[in-house]
Amino acid sequence: MSRTARDVVFVDGVRTPFGKSGKGLYAETRADDLIVRVIRELMRRNPGLPPERVDEVAIAATTQIGDQGLTLGRTAAILAGLPRSVPGYSIDRMCAGALTAATTAGAGISFGAYDVVIAGGVEHMGRHPMGEGVDPNPRIISEKLVDPSALVMGNTAENLHDRYPTITKERADAYAVRSQEKVAKAYADGKIQPDLVETLVRSAEKGFGLATQDEPPRPGTTMESLAGLKTPFRAHGNVTPGNAAGLNDGATGTLLMAEEVAEELGLDAKMRLVDFSFTGVEPEVMGVGPVPATEKLLARQGIGMDDIGLIEINEAFAVQVLAFLEHFGIADDDARVNPWGGAIAIGHPLASSGGRLMMQLARQFAERPDVRYGITTMCVGLGMGGTILWENTNYEGGK
Amino acid sequence: MSTAIEQARELFKDEVVTNAISRDVELPYGAGTAVLITLDNGHDHTKPNTFGPGGLLSLDAAIEAAKARTDIVAVAVTGKPFIFAVGADLTGVPAIRTHEQAEAIGKLGHDTFRKLGELDVPTFALVNGAAMGGGVEVALHCTYRTISSGVPAFALPEAFLGLVPGWGGTYLLPNLIGAEKALKLIVDNPLAQNKMIKGPQVFEMGIADAIFDPADFVEESLRWAAKVLKGDVTVERPEVDKGEAWDNAVNMARFVVEGKLHGAAPAPARAVELVAEAKNRSRDEGFAAEDEALADLIMSPELKAGLYAFDLVQKRAKRPAGAPDKSLARKVTKVGVVGAGLMAGQLALLFARRLDVPVVMTDLDQERLDKGVAYVHGEVDKLLKKGRVNQDKANHLKALVTGSLTKDAFSDADFVIEAVFERMDIKKQVFAEVEAVVSPEAILATNTSSLSITEMASGLRHPERVVGFHFFNPVAVLPLLEIIRGDKTDDASLATAFAVSKKLKKTSVLCKDAPAFVVNRLLTLFMGEVLGAVAEGTEPEVADRAVAPLGLPMSPLMLLQLVGPAVGLHVAETLNEAFPERFAVSPQLKAVVDAGKTAIFAPDLSIDPEVKALLAGGDSPSEESAILDRALRALAKEIHLMLEEGVVAEAADIDLCLITGAGWPFHTGGITPYLDKVGVSTAVNGKPFHEGDPKAF
Repeated sequence: MSRTARDVVFVDGVRTPFGKSGKGLYAETRADDLIVRVIRELMRRNPGLPPERVDEVAIAATTQIGDQGLTLGRTAAILAGLPRSVPGYSIDRMCAGALTAATTAGAGISFGAYDVVIAGGVEHMGRHPMGEGVDPNPRIISEKLVDPSALVMGNTAENLHDRYPTITKERADAYAVRSQEKVAKAYADGKIQPDLVETLVRSAEKGFGLATQDEPPRPGTTMESLAGLKTPFRAHGNVTPGNAAGLNDGATGTLLMAEEVAEELGLDAKMRLVDFSFTGVEPEVMGVGPVPATEKLLARQGIGMDDIGLIEINEAFAVQVLAFLEHFGIADDDARVNPWGGAIAIGHPLASSGGRLMMQLARQFAERPDVRYGITTMCVGLGMGGTILWENTNYEGGK
Repeated sequence: MSTAIEQARELFKDEVVTNAISRDVELPYGAGTAVLITLDNGHDHTKPNTFGPGGLLSLDAAIEAAKARTDIVAVAVTGKPFIFAVGADLTGVPAIRTHEQAEAIGKLGHDTFRKLGELDVPTFALVNGAAMGGGVEVALHCTYRTISSGVPAFALPEAFLGLVPGWGGTYLLPNLIGAEKALKLIVDNPLAQNKMIKGPQVFEMGIADAIFDPADFVEESLRWAAKVLKGDVTVERPEVDKGEAWDNAVNMARFVVEGKLHGAAPAPARAVELVAEAKNRSRDEGFAAEDEALADLIMSPELKAGLYAFDLVQKRAKRPAGAPDKSLARKVTKVGVVGAGLMAGQLALLFARRLDVPVVMTDLDQERLDKGVAYVHGEVDKLLKKGRVNQDKANHLKALVTGSLTKDAFSDADFVIEAVFERMDIKKQVFAEVEAVVSPEAILATNTSSLSITEMASGLRHPERVVGFHFFNPVAVLPLLEIIRGDKTDDASLATAFAVSKKLKKTSVLCKDAPAFVVNRLLTLFMGEVLGAVAEGTEPEVADRAVAPLGLPMSPLMLLQLVGPAVGLHVAETLNEAFPERFAVSPQLKAVVDAGKTAIFAPDLSIDPEVKALLAGGDSPSEESAILDRALRALAKEIHLMLEEGVVAEAADIDLCLITGAGWPFHTGGITPYLDKVGVSTAVNGKPFHEGDPKAF
């Protein structure tokens, strides 16, 4: 039986405000409640989509334990009140969880197995700190399969500074300051808020409350304020809490469907999934992952970085973004890159972050009909990179 | 604060305080800032929020703080997860000694709650979970209400306990939704075994203005509130008919209350009268009338009895006095039921549903057996039709219940209960046959209503495994299960019986192997006094009516009809054999049975003339009050003797039996608090059953 690949489009995306782990917004709120709120809001914002038309709910979490376990995609679908006929599953590719949920479920659409999917991710790093319950195989050490520093993400960032000696702490800090500035401006301009769904938070001490905006941003951050921060991963090192994303809690969800189905349902296709690529690198320099992943993708599509008008790159560490920019000869302050800032300011609840990159890219596309292509790209723990190439459905040719 | 409030706080010194915690929330759509008050006593949902003086003062402080602000657009109140608030903290009520203290509690509630309706900004109750009594009233005082479709219980149970919803309930609710619907919640439901309604009904009745799913209830409620504040949503409520409809509803409620209680309990009638006047009163007048009613009722013996009864069924019932350590209980993986009659069928269904294990019924007659199994399968179909079970579960239940002509089918059963004809020789033979096929540890239970367990066990190789397991008809309705220990019954068998009872969701009371145990002994005695009066020449209608002041669920002759004259006679004979000086076998009742009469009343509820003729006797009729007095005296004397015999551990167990096995009311606390109150206990036994207020422990 022959088949034709179908075009897959991003229709909508919603996320909870991101919180600081530990004593932050969601300290006493469950992870599954966060993703359930997101799924319900996605459905609410798209009343044209009959719930029974959702063919899959793919939800990513890095630590699939407790409230992030129990086949979270299915659990969340049930808790969100989707019809029992809607299946779901869990995905884990560490930081690129939601990104992988989108590519995996999106590929299923293209293949013809699904019409409509919800792809998202959640990470409550307060309830589930990175590395909770892990049990690395002793062979990893005895056979030196992976440098021990690869298991601590901050160490891999320091390693990346070693590989790119031109990326200094000052450059990293300057990048971080710009990220904070861009987020502050985007908030002031009302760019971020439309993607947020206000979310109930609970505290035994303070009672119920409502999370209405991201908690991590530190507007007013300066080079001076970053200069004195400790470098916890290496004495006299380069990586500080100021030039890296924090530990955060949050959930994201995106709605993907076949382009013809979006048309049938009268839903607005905001961008088209053109291609994606995941690539492995040495785990001890995992931050470089986006470089080969993007190279592979561009080569396959026969286009160059010049054809990419918008780049949403996750900011796990400033150095990892700068390595990507340096490789491709892009200036540190290039306007194409994270125009509304990134994870250093907004936060990086691991598996959920890919969803945020997608929804922000979609909104930027809407404002930029002159741009045809954009990418969402992330580095991934244990040495991987993932990139998705998107085409702007609002693109108005070369006009 | 007045000294009365300080005194009240002292009375409630063990109060688990429900704190009112305020937090600013930024409402969506730029509607502004609201103060969200969370009611939370710091425990999980198993210890729900309640309002004692401390909780009221906390809420008052929260409201006052919000009142002082000029930068907010609304105040919202919600509960902790799964619980909004379940009403007043009643733990300190028995300690209240003066009318003034009682009135202070009522007033403190009003003074606090009413502020929610009198702020400069609108208030929103977000009823996220169970709401009862004062919890419902908090919501009623707010300008608007939203309700979660997942709310499992919403009720004004005050009249059930002996109070009125007196923190605004009787005034605000009828003025919100009309007298008819309000009385359903305030009077009808409490008098119908304290029925509760669920979230969707709260919305349908117009008590809540909007309903949202539980998943993101508070968020969506706040969105709705923002829309109301911005004028994007207008709340429209149907106008309340304060004319004839109101008066008709009140009159109907008066009729129902009188018919059910005959003036025996003051609270429901008081509630009806408060509703009757609510349409004419101002807020101040309405709330003042509630304060007064609360103060009167808090001091009433009926409330004390009601609280005692509540503790019996809520707490004592969960920890049966004298039950052996539950770790001794053995597993029950298959049940045998000897017999295939109506009782056997009810038991088979109950065991299959609650224990979820195979149940085999046996009978010697194939036709009766088929009928018995068919009865159970038919009941399963009824459950299916009502939507109580789905098709899979129905298939499963039917497959669990099977029939067998021989007792070999019991060979792997761990629990065999007999429900055969009430004759010692037959039951002994049945047990001998069962013992021949089952393991030495299998429990042999008997549903006898009056025969001796010890005697039934004698002659068995393993008498230690025999227990009495006495259900009350209808099995699905009456919660009581009298568990009887024979002389030789061992702890493991008894523990197993209690464990099974718990799984059956029954209220179990441990009884000694005494004739007719507790409920049948007392009901037979009670009935005997009424029949005796009739035999002496009192008109049956008069004698039957004589005990109406107790407010029992049915009259003695109606009860006799329900259990069947033949069964009633049989129990009376057993008791007569044991205690001839106190229990007579009524020749008149025997005549009714011999005449083959199975009913006392004609279909029009008048006494069947033939029965009346058979019951009638001498020529010295008694006054109603004298009949009531002699019946109460007989009860007081018998209960005293039963406690001396050690039939049950305490008077509280007698009351628990009467409430859960005979449906005797809360306002009499079963019976012993009532006997104490009217002085009969002291007159007959020289002392009351309870020193001071009745206590469930």
